[in-house]
Amino acid sequence: MAVLLDQNSRIIIQGMGAAGSREAEISIAYGTRIVAGVSPGKGGTEKSGIPLCNTVNEAVKKFEANVSLIFVPAPFCKDAIIEAINAKIPLIICITEGVPVIDMMVIKTVLENNKETILIGPNCPGILSPGEQARAGIMPIDVYMPGNIGVISRSGTLVYETVDQLTRLGIGQSTSIGVGGDPIIGTSQKKALELFEVDSETAGVVLIGEIGGSAEQEAAEFIKLMTKPVISFIAGTTAPPGRRMGHAGAIISGASGTAAAKQDALKNAGSHVVSSPSDIGKTVQEVLKNLGLL
Amino acid sequence: MKLHEYQAKNLLKKFNVPVPDSNLISNLEEITTIQNNLIFPIVVKSQVHSGARGKAGGIKIANNINEMTKYATDLLGKQLITHQTGEKGLPINSVLLEEGINIEKEYYLALTIDGSVSKPIIISSPQGGMDIEAVAEKNPEEILKTEIHPVAGLLPFQSRNIGFQLNLDKALFAQLHEILTGIYEAFVDSDATLIEINPLVLTKENQLIAADTKFSIDDSAMFRQKDLFNIRDKSQEDSLELEAEDQGIQNYIKLDGNIGCLVNGAGLAMATMDAIKFAGGSPANFLDIGTANNPESVVSALQIIGSDPDVKAIFINIFGGLAKTDIIAEGFVKAKEQGLIQQPTVIRLAGTNVEDGKRILEESGIDFQLADGFAQGANLAVTASIK
Repeated sequence: MAVLLDQNSRIIIQGMGAAGSREAEISIAYGTRIVAGVSPGKGGTEKSGIPLCNTVNEAVKKFEANVSLIFVPAPFCKDAIIEAINAKIPLIICITEGVPVIDMMVIKTVLENNKETILIGPNCPGILSPGEQARAGIMPIDVYMPGNIGVISRSGTLVYETVDQLTRLGIGQSTSIGVGGDPIIGTSQKKALELFEVDSETAGVVLIGEIGGSAEQEAAEFIKLMTKPVISFIAGTTAPPGRRMGHAGAIISGASGTAAAKQDALKNAGSHVVSSPSDIGKTVQEVLKNLGLL
Repeated sequence: MKLHEYQAKNLLKKFNVPVPDSNLISNLEEITTIQNNLIFPIVVKSQVHSGARGKAGGIKIANNINEMTKYATDLLGKQLITHQTGEKGLPINSVLLEEGINIEKEYYLALTIDGSVSKPIIISSPQGGMDIEAVAEKNPEEILKTEIHPVAGLLPFQSRNIGFQLNLDKALFAQLHEILTGIYEAFVDSDATLIEINPLVLTKENQLIAADTKFSIDDSAMFRQKDLFNIRDKSQEDSLELEAEDQGIQNYIKLDGNIGCLVNGAGLAMATMDAIKFAGGSPANFLDIGTANNPESVVSALQIIGSDPDVKAIFINIFGGLAKTDIIAEGFVKAKEQGLIQQPTVIRLAGTNVEDGKRILEESGIDFQLADGFAQGANLAVTASIK
């Protein structure tokens, strides 16, 4: 068992350009079922050994696709995501960076009327469940090992960093979810925590947040209700206010956006807050030991 | 991207938001051609990308032509230093000469996106002219947040709610709705992330008018907002940051420390800055190299970091996903061979192609320190920066 992504996932790629097809090949070699790519006008042909379809609808009909992984350039993401929503794909993961905020606003209103659809991202590394050899995203595989820790992060590289620290200590992962670094994202950290809380194979969760917005404070409200331990880290303690730190969402523009405000909210909710980014793995180990889970 | 006040007001005017009459000048000769149109008093306003211009002496009230000429002379070509600009300040390349208005009362209005509800919200307050953060802290009951549903748009009842909150005379409600509608349309039409009207002034003549405004555009919308990005004023931005952008490095931010950082991924880049602070040092920059498809982009990034006189040591922290560590290693070797970096360098590599990356570094014979992890790398870089 894992969260969102497992051996039953039948994944299609929207955007079979260089990055899309290369990452698809890596996932297939890992053991993930990438069943088709969508390239309008190239239906019936194949690329990198993956059959191509003209539309997402066609991919659902012919290949029983239930996950779409999106690599199309930012100006076309609104179109690609809503095409996947209309085709009733239950899980959509958008890797692309730089989707305009107003486009995301429109996508969210469409999602409001399609509650069975889960969108992860945009601007995210995707999802990986090591016990299921299921990878829908761009993360390096060899840092992962199967286990029972869930990882949630706004940042892609901090997913790798966290997973690596855990694996080096012999602590495996159930699933890692990169929720994305934009101000408006499909699935919040809070929603991701809810998924891990009810997953029988997840014993604890690492939550990697960053400055900007108030998503960590909303996550903290749910942490208060959780039975599983949550270890958290907030990136950007030293970031100056008013500057966008790479991610469109990572900008301190109000009191709730500072690292200190987020750390306080998480601490008050009972989360174990790590101050140094190199101590994430170590803290998970200590917490699990104290709870008799390791 | 930020707009200047005059650019923002020109844009708002197109959406029927009333703004004071004004003229923009960028040199003194231009005063002679326009002065006949103006009714004194005139507010002389420095056009720089910063708030708190008044407190910093960047806004003056002139009662006659002599005063106006004097203030314009004083301000044009100078640097304006506010608490938001840093000690160097920002160049005043133009001043706005704006007709004074008879202020009866001031209000606060802003339109921005609330990520927690994924919708635009109007923030309004009867406490105009104040720093809204301070109002939010001391008098949160004075602030009203109104969510706009993107499909429905701004509805009249919402404007009425705001009108009642601001305690406006009902005769002004139509004016207020027209202004709010204009701001919302400008927001959507220009892919804005913030439009702030502070203050919105009620004049003694019973007119609502946008006396000052801040306007920011979503950088991700550049592909469809070309006209707006064409009027971007680069003189208000840091020269090293602009050079980085010219080299195709979008995510470089100059900071005030002395350890240059080259990292992939925004989150890891922030965490690297945090780790350096934790180790007792201070980062000279934020730099997310992104996917780094070729060594040349790494060379350009290292050239920018290496040419920063503040940088005493460099920390390269890479966890390869899409980015490949061997490409980063190749770029580092090239930058060293071209003599672009003189500072001691600490490198930490992990993830995609890490064995190839380390081999390239070892075989190059170039002097650097290899760090095993994050914390060790930060510690080594801090030590190197002190030597």
